[in-house]
Amino acid sequence: MTKEISPKDRTLGEALRSQGISRRSFLKFCAATASMMALPPTMIPTIANALEKAKKPSVIWLSFQECTGCTESLTRAHSATVENLIFDSISLDYHHTLQAASGHAAEAAREAAMEENKGKYLLVVDGSIPLGNPGYSTIAGISNLDMLTDTAKGAAAIISVGSCAAFGGIPNAKPNPTGAVAVSDIIKDKDIINVPGCPPIPVVITGVLTHFLTFGTLPELDHLGRPMAFYGQSIHDRCYRRPFYDKGLFAETFDDEGARLGWCLYKLGCKGPSTYNACATTKWNGGVSFPIEAGHPCIGCSEPHFWDGGGFYRALSMPTEDISKTAVYAAAGAAAGAAAVGMMNRFKKNKTSESHEKATIDDLKK
Amino acid sequence: MPDSVKSQFNIQIGNELTWNVQPLLHEIRHALRNLLETGHSSIIDLRSIPLAPGEEETILDTLGCGEVHAKLNALGPSEIYETRFAGVWLVTHFNTENDVIGRFIEITRFPGILESQREDMATSLDLLEQTLEDRPGPDETETHAETN
Repeated sequence: MTKEISPKDRTLGEALRSQGISRRSFLKFCAATASMMALPPTMIPTIANALEKAKKPSVIWLSFQECTGCTESLTRAHSATVENLIFDSISLDYHHTLQAASGHAAEAAREAAMEENKGKYLLVVDGSIPLGNPGYSTIAGISNLDMLTDTAKGAAAIISVGSCAAFGGIPNAKPNPTGAVAVSDIIKDKDIINVPGCPPIPVVITGVLTHFLTFGTLPELDHLGRPMAFYGQSIHDRCYRRPFYDKGLFAETFDDEGARLGWCLYKLGCKGPSTYNACATTKWNGGVSFPIEAGHPCIGCSEPHFWDGGGFYRALSMPTEDISKTAVYAAAGAAAGAAAVGMMNRFKKNKTSESHEKATIDDLKK
Repeated sequence: MPDSVKSQFNIQIGNELTWNVQPLLHEIRHALRNLLETGHSSIIDLRSIPLAPGEEETILDTLGCGEVHAKLNALGPSEIYETRFAGVWLVTHFNTENDVIGRFIEITRFPGILESQREDMATSLDLLEQTLEDRPGPDETETHAETN
């Protein structure tokens, strides 16, 4: 008599067959996966064989100082099949936004998963961690710092999803009132994969999970801990507007002839040349488009400290220091029109900043 | 080429392009010669190449439509065309919401995704045997008729 395999012990291949998914459908999924992970199509049989035998890893997902945009990006992904298949192939044992349980019951589920899968579970973190005061962000009375350090101990690897977890993100933006830091600022003894973006492209999140499932190893990472498959090339290098840049054809404003003709958005502040991400090839909303294709410059959201980069609409070539220095450059005649607008904007921003009164904890208590 | 297979990225802006169309068509030419001379198949992932809006359509229009058109229904539809160049196939995978999740140009005698898979055939054999077992045999049919 054949022994019945419990759903938890099934391989991905067995789990999919039990759901009536054909081998042909599985091969189609593997083809889409190879394309998603920027692997050559010749890898499709390798992916199929590895995923067929992969066992469901336990995943614990912790959300700290974040806006839930990363979870939204993933769960509202365009594809009802590919991402679902990935989720079918993992055991998501804790995610306080998605799970039904809350409070102590939810924490008990996390502790049980940690105990049962010690040393083997994947820890996914979105959001930054406040070091200023533990009370700034807690879950079930546990500070973010305590929860992270406790959960990280038994993790096989950590995936920092979103720019907040990877680099501190918006909570870390000046003046960083909560003392927000990235996961890698706290955890030093574990492999950490950074999947930045605000939010990251959904298939990039699932691509990293799939890579771990497929090969049982971490993908190749760049100097900022980002998977090379998705962050290996700049937006600029893969941008379909690149030829305009090479020919010196730029949109100077959002409604000029150059903008209408689809010329390069560099002078309008595009951060594509210094931003590494897969937006230009993988695109968004099921491959429909990406910001530059919609006529907006890249804001560089997958790079560290993008929020403090000096202005989304300031060309990269313009200095980011104080206004007096910038005025000298502008007076020298470099990109005079755009610089003048930039100067005016910065002047306004400076004035606003000066007149702005910062709220303190004491104010909030009033 | 039917609209369903044509690019969804049809926001044509400007006349300047990436100039990746011609090299890609030459890559296909090289791959077809290789298939003819050595029997080795090749696959090109159209997502891995930067293309301006409208350029993918130019490629598809150049390749045209040949004699074979197959449709799959496997985790959403897939459309497989042999282009007007025998041995050059366009394979487009959609999800259940009809978004393109993968588009490949396969230079091969026959795209692998169309072949019946061993695992599916084994499941089908079980199913067929079960179906035959459940059907009333000739004797049972006779008895049934007599009773009526």
